[in-house]
Amino acid sequence: MSLLSVENLVVRHGLLQAVRGVSLTVERGETLALVGANGAGKTTLLRAIAGAHQAASGRVIFDGTDLSGVPAHERVRKGVALVPEGRRLFVQMTVEENLLLGGTAGRPGDWSVERVLDTFPNLKPRRHAKAGHLSGGEQQATAIGRALMSNPDLLLLDEVSLGLSPLVVDRVYASLHGLISSGTTIILVEQDLNRALSVSDKVVCVLEGRVALAGDSAIVSRDEVTKAYFGLHRKGAEGVLA
Amino acid sequence: MSNQIVQGILLGGYYALIACGLSFMFSVMRIINLAHGSLAVLSAFALWLLASRFHIPPFYGLAIVLPLMAVIGWALQRFLLERSARGGALLPILTTFGLAIVIDNFLFEQFGADTRSLAPFIGSLSYDSWEWPGSIYVGKLAVIIFVAAVILLGGLQLFLTRTGLGRSIRATSEDPDTAGLVGVDARRANAVAAAIAMVTVGLAGAFLGMRATFDPYAGATQLLFAFEAAVIGGAGSLWSTLIGGIVLALAQTLGAKVHPQGFLIGGHVAFLIVLFIRLYTSGLGLRGLLRLSTGKAS
Repeated sequence: MSLLSVENLVVRHGLLQAVRGVSLTVERGETLALVGANGAGKTTLLRAIAGAHQAASGRVIFDGTDLSGVPAHERVRKGVALVPEGRRLFVQMTVEENLLLGGTAGRPGDWSVERVLDTFPNLKPRRHAKAGHLSGGEQQATAIGRALMSNPDLLLLDEVSLGLSPLVVDRVYASLHGLISSGTTIILVEQDLNRALSVSDKVVCVLEGRVALAGDSAIVSRDEVTKAYFGLHRKGAEGVLA
Repeated sequence: MSNQIVQGILLGGYYALIACGLSFMFSVMRIINLAHGSLAVLSAFALWLLASRFHIPPFYGLAIVLPLMAVIGWALQRFLLERSARGGALLPILTTFGLAIVIDNFLFEQFGADTRSLAPFIGSLSYDSWEWPGSIYVGKLAVIIFVAAVILLGGLQLFLTRTGLGRSIRATSEDPDTAGLVGVDARRANAVAAAIAMVTVGLAGAFLGMRATFDPYAGATQLLFAFEAAVIGGAGSLWSTLIGGIVLALAQTLGAKVHPQGFLIGGHVAFLIVLFIRLYTSGLGLRGLLRLSTGKAS
């Protein structure tokens, strides 16, 4: 049985239909990369899985239970953790307090403040600094650490490289690599296509709220993903452009 | 003069006590509770009822009234404020304004217009005093109130920074949406915060009844003092509420020294001065503010 299956999910922001009938499955231990242009509905999809938005229709089934109507804080308790886009730290609070808040759900597991600081050594000297005073890379590490503190079965990473220098992105992904190889199930949104394909097992490309392409990262070509990304795979699209 | 300063500082303890619940609810839930003063008077009446009818001294009566106030706070948040907050920022203000009227008139209906006090039930404490060096006499009750305020504010500060529940409340006040995403039940955090705020209100009501008199319509004055102390202190930390209370009390004491009728005026003037300094230094400035209001009018 899949750890997560999303069935015909529809999410609306008022009149705007951001996610229009998306279905996907993620097996335990798998890493799924979600790619797509800005406004394709990636963030909304992740937030709907995490419970920040309630779906208009369709279902999110996690570990055999239907999450419809379950609020975000209870989904964390069931093992879904989101690293939100733009990090969304509690800037008035210290790094340590942010991490401790991540453990509010009280799920049993190995993650502790010490282990997060070992995983992200750049946070060690900043432990008692206000989160608002951190650099972008330190903030991102805190945001990931905060999500890990809930010992999630499924980790949702929304554009962890946003606003970071390439060097810092490398460092963040180096620390993520340990997580991926340790068997944590991850869905990540990433703008850098090469990176998305290299770290993931499966790739799903969304276009205007729908799945345009889904396949194994090792098999799909960069060209196919690019076409799906821009909607060139649709019948007639190439003819129009030509 | 030093005598008046000491008395003013001690009175500031009471103002900090009544202000801390108001600023706590505002900083956590962004709700200005206009029923704040009326709820304090409600607590005073509850203690008076226990003392006069059932012969329970007010200090023991607190063991019954404070948990009751916590329940009232929890229910208020869950069934009234939470719902009205969904309708925008203005609705909770109107809701609590209505609630104040309901409480005031309920008390009037039950207890009549008579002015009451808890002083007869606390023995000699209401007039006993200590002599401090420099032949300054300080009321024992005033000192107790001041110490209670310091302990309460310090305890709240410790609770907010050192406990998981306190962190949850702070996280909810900063960003309720993200608090949910890290596993904090924002509704529960808000309800707990409201319960805590009402306990402080209950305590303030008890001290109001002991140090002075109250009647069913006394809530508005207490709300005004709480509001002025909270604004003077600012929303920085709980300790700034204590500073705000002391500044308000000193200004009132100074006003009373200038003119026998100047007690309230002194407090209002200090409040307005601080308010205008805040507006002026907020970058908007007085002229900007005036332009803003005329701009809106035109």
